[in-house]
Amino acid sequence: MNAKVQLENLNVHFGKAHAVKGASMEFPENSVTAIIGPSGCGKSTVLRSINRMHDLTPGAQVTGKIVLDGRDIYEKGCDPVAIRRRIGMVFQKPNPFPAMSIYDNVIAGYKLNGRVKRAEADEIVESSLRRVALWDEVKDRLKSAATNLSGGQQQRLCIARTVAVKPEVILMDEPCSALDPIATLKIEELIEELKEQYTVIIVTHNMQQAARVSDTTAFFYLGELVEYGDTKKLFTNPEQKQTEDYITGRFG
Amino acid sequence: MEREHFSKQYDVELTDIRARLLEMGGKVEMMIASAIKSLVERDSSLADWTIKFDHEINTLEMEIDEKCMEVIARRQPAGRDLRFLTLAFKIVTDLERIGDQCTNIAKRAKELNDEPPLKPFIDMPRMAAIAGGMVKEALDAFVRGDDQLAVKVCTDDQLVDELNEQIQRELLSFMIEDPHTISRAININYISKCFERIADHATNVAEMVIFMVKGKDIRHTIA
Repeated sequence: MNAKVQLENLNVHFGKAHAVKGASMEFPENSVTAIIGPSGCGKSTVLRSINRMHDLTPGAQVTGKIVLDGRDIYEKGCDPVAIRRRIGMVFQKPNPFPAMSIYDNVIAGYKLNGRVKRAEADEIVESSLRRVALWDEVKDRLKSAATNLSGGQQQRLCIARTVAVKPEVILMDEPCSALDPIATLKIEELIEELKEQYTVIIVTHNMQQAARVSDTTAFFYLGELVEYGDTKKLFTNPEQKQTEDYITGRFG
Repeated sequence: MEREHFSKQYDVELTDIRARLLEMGGKVEMMIASAIKSLVERDSSLADWTIKFDHEINTLEMEIDEKCMEVIARRQPAGRDLRFLTLAFKIVTDLERIGDQCTNIAKRAKELNDEPPLKPFIDMPRMAAIAGGMVKEALDAFVRGDDQLAVKVCTDDQLVDELNEQIQRELLSFMIEDPHTISRAININYISKCFERIADHATNVAEMVIFMVKGKDIRHTIA
């Protein structure tokens, strides 16, 4: 499979702290890659590096390459805003814009591209909401406040907002950790569908979730990429003892 | 030494399953020993004991299956725990079948004990000893995670196969010489086949141990 995103000797420092230590790996196109590891292992840092979210963090320094379709997104002249349009992000807690309606939330990101015709906006809102299986639940109250939705619906709304911009890669940082099990399963179902069109990279604390949704899994520990490979293999018969200890709940 | 789980209870559950499997293995070995003894020493009451004892093996099979299922439901095991539990499920089935084979042997032994002996048993006890040893070693290999010992079990299977063939040839010559021996020879032949099957079950267990230790499936690869 084609590598959509590649890390080449990625190092991230926050001041003196070396958060990611020379990670090199590939994220295959149209598939789901999960990044797992204990707290502080650098998994979220890796994810955030992929759409240049550390650019404004004081003291943060990213070295090495992150290659998107053959081009380093950290090279000079590469516009972070343009990058983020191609690489969308969904966060841990659903974060709809509180003062906006459901409709306005979905189209908010797309509108940043310039003026949008009403018919075009309608179409984008509907297709995005359908994409995340939210359309039937909200089509009669598109003008009501997004904050009236349940947590799971809000998260799907945020994914719809990301999808509306027509990105190529979707980054998800613990997208289900604030959701109940049913809402979680709906998001997982959605992730499975999203990969047909997008390259999905998900960071999760929940190992069973990684096992359920991903095609490949990367295990990070103390800033190092310990093991990376086929999810089935990694959860049944990993190469590294450290990985085995972690997935079996023996890490200490 | 193997690291412990964060959850001590999880360790307790896995240790319990391991202990019960060993208990089942020990009981199966006893059945093999009593089955061959009931034949060689023409002891029909021992044969009866063997047949009745199979009930304990069946009970253990159900208990271990249930415990494995419970751990899977509660813990969603992964990695070596998952391989261990998958293996436990299968080992239990093989051990239970060995118990059934011992019952079959004991039933035929009873029939044979009611008739005059056809010949002294020489190869059969050897076969039983090797097959019984294979069961023991397969379980030892399982407990210790010893893939070398498991490989030995797989190769020992050939010795049992050879003895089985030898017994069959010998019985054939008896039957050709004197048709009055046929019914007894058929029973003996059947018993020989049972020991050969027991060795096959031990080999299955050994192959699975290799899988558990190495994560490599060698089934259907060793001739």
